[in-house]
Amino acid sequence: MGDSYTQKQSKIFAKSFLYFLLAISAILSIFPFYWMFVMATNDNSAINSLPPAFIPGGELVANFMNVINTIDFFGAIWNSLFVSVVTTIGVLFLCSLAGYAFAKLKFKGRDILFIAILVTMMIPPQLGLIPQYYIITKLDWLSDMKAIIFPGLIDAFGIFWMRQYISSNVPDELVDAAKIDGCSNFRVYWNIAIPVIIPAFATLAIIRFMYIWNDFLWPLVVLREESAYTIQVALRGLIDNYVRDNGMIMSGTFWATVPLIIIFLLFNRLFISSLTEGAVKS
Amino acid sequence: MEQVGSTSHKKRKKFWTEERKEAFSGYIYISPFFILFFIFGLFPILFSFYLGFQKWNGLNEMEFVGFQNFEWILTDPIFWASLSNTLIMWLLGTLPQLLIGIILAYALNASIIKMKSVFRVSIFMPYVTSTVAVAIVFGVMFNSQEFGLINVILGTFGLDPISWSTSEWGVKIAISTMVFWRWVGYNTIIYLAGLQGIPHELYEASVIDGATVRQKIQYITIPLLRPIIILTVFTSTIGALQLFTEPLIYIGRTYREEGITVVLYLYREAFSNLAFGPASAAAIILFLIIIVLSTINVFIANRIGR
Repeated sequence: MGDSYTQKQSKIFAKSFLYFLLAISAILSIFPFYWMFVMATNDNSAINSLPPAFIPGGELVANFMNVINTIDFFGAIWNSLFVSVVTTIGVLFLCSLAGYAFAKLKFKGRDILFIAILVTMMIPPQLGLIPQYYIITKLDWLSDMKAIIFPGLIDAFGIFWMRQYISSNVPDELVDAAKIDGCSNFRVYWNIAIPVIIPAFATLAIIRFMYIWNDFLWPLVVLREESAYTIQVALRGLIDNYVRDNGMIMSGTFWATVPLIIIFLLFNRLFISSLTEGAVKS
Repeated sequence: MEQVGSTSHKKRKKFWTEERKEAFSGYIYISPFFILFFIFGLFPILFSFYLGFQKWNGLNEMEFVGFQNFEWILTDPIFWASLSNTLIMWLLGTLPQLLIGIILAYALNASIIKMKSVFRVSIFMPYVTSTVAVAIVFGVMFNSQEFGLINVILGTFGLDPISWSTSEWGVKIAISTMVFWRWVGYNTIIYLAGLQGIPHELYEASVIDGATVRQKIQYITIPLLRPIIILTVFTSTIGALQLFTEPLIYIGRTYREEGITVVLYLYREAFSNLAFGPASAAAIILFLIIIVLSTINVFIANRIGR
């Protein structure tokens, strides 16, 4: 009797310990978002006093007005949206096309070329940074969205991912039947493969969109004019001032972060599985 | 005329056999990757190796200088500082992240826990935030002034404020915290996927054999999780060696010695000092370090795998 009592007690202890652990982690994960909002709604003197403001204030609009007066916030959001969407659509098309070729078409050197693509994944992108910058200047693409989009279309992981998905989800019989009916290779890809690989598109789109949206080093190097800044580069302009207005800085950061967080919360299952499955399966 | 036309038509028909058509389509479909990779990937990498031995500011003629760039870098104390900073922040940011990731994954996988999806979503949320935003928010938290949030918290425990952004360890702790906060949830979910992949029968069988919780973790969980642990060590190491955004946002254009990383050093040499030769040499050295660490990683992974 006594033994089962202590066992029950230790089970309750273990349970509350695990809850405590998870709750602390969840709070620490969410708190910076709350803190961002608190600062985005308070003026600088409330933030820079002791103790600092811990609850939201009434400066929401004023701080955001300061952001708009300091950087081209909406222009930068538009630029980010534009390059992210265009690159993502391009990647979906090119990767599924190449993935289809590697999965369903026969040609000489196919396996070696596929391995070559996998090997390129191991190379750190910064290695070629300076010549890449030089090429962009030679192409006269500085401060041009093409400088982000075209290099962004290179996605070895995407080709790998699409090949795996097409191999196991598009039946050979269907491809052969369509060919006997006189469909060209592109028709088979377009009419037979595409409808089947929509779920793989969702995964790849989330990974690629997030990558381009959050990228910083490359846009910082090639986007020289303010009108071309993506939101990440523009945000840096907020902290580069001599006078640090933390209310304004956090307002810009908050409003640049919120859209993606809302989309994430709406589709959290899809986001989490997409962003982690890819890593595990490769 | 008619005959010539028909024979050439016949010939063409023979040339475009189904196999040839298929192979041709295949090459066309994969060519965009190779064309783009050649222009923006392979050529720049090879050119980097060439540039490492040149003196060049991007405008004047290049001048071959042998190993001078490497000598110059390897005698520059700031380069060594960037190297040791990168390694220290790799240890501070990565190891706790992986350890706590495993513990959280274990907690999330426990059958007695409810509201799992709420915990999962909140822990993963930092990963959806951009690195720039994370660096800005934590930069304000780790303000050196006494009203900075972390200093206020220290104050409630009766501790003196720390000048985070200018002290030797303050900078590194602040930057490592940013890396930790953004990635710990991501790794937790990856470990969770690994834990869920372990068949339940194994645990049940071990319970019948009278295994304790500790034995279950030691003999079932850790060995079966090993491939995923190796994967996360590998990816987070490569990520940590390329640390750039957080230090640039936090310490700004001062490129302070306490917080400069190898990629930040490379960036400063190239785009602030227009010294493309030394910058390329730094890129080559970083590449060699990554290759060495990857090889060690693969080697260890193979040994453990047996």
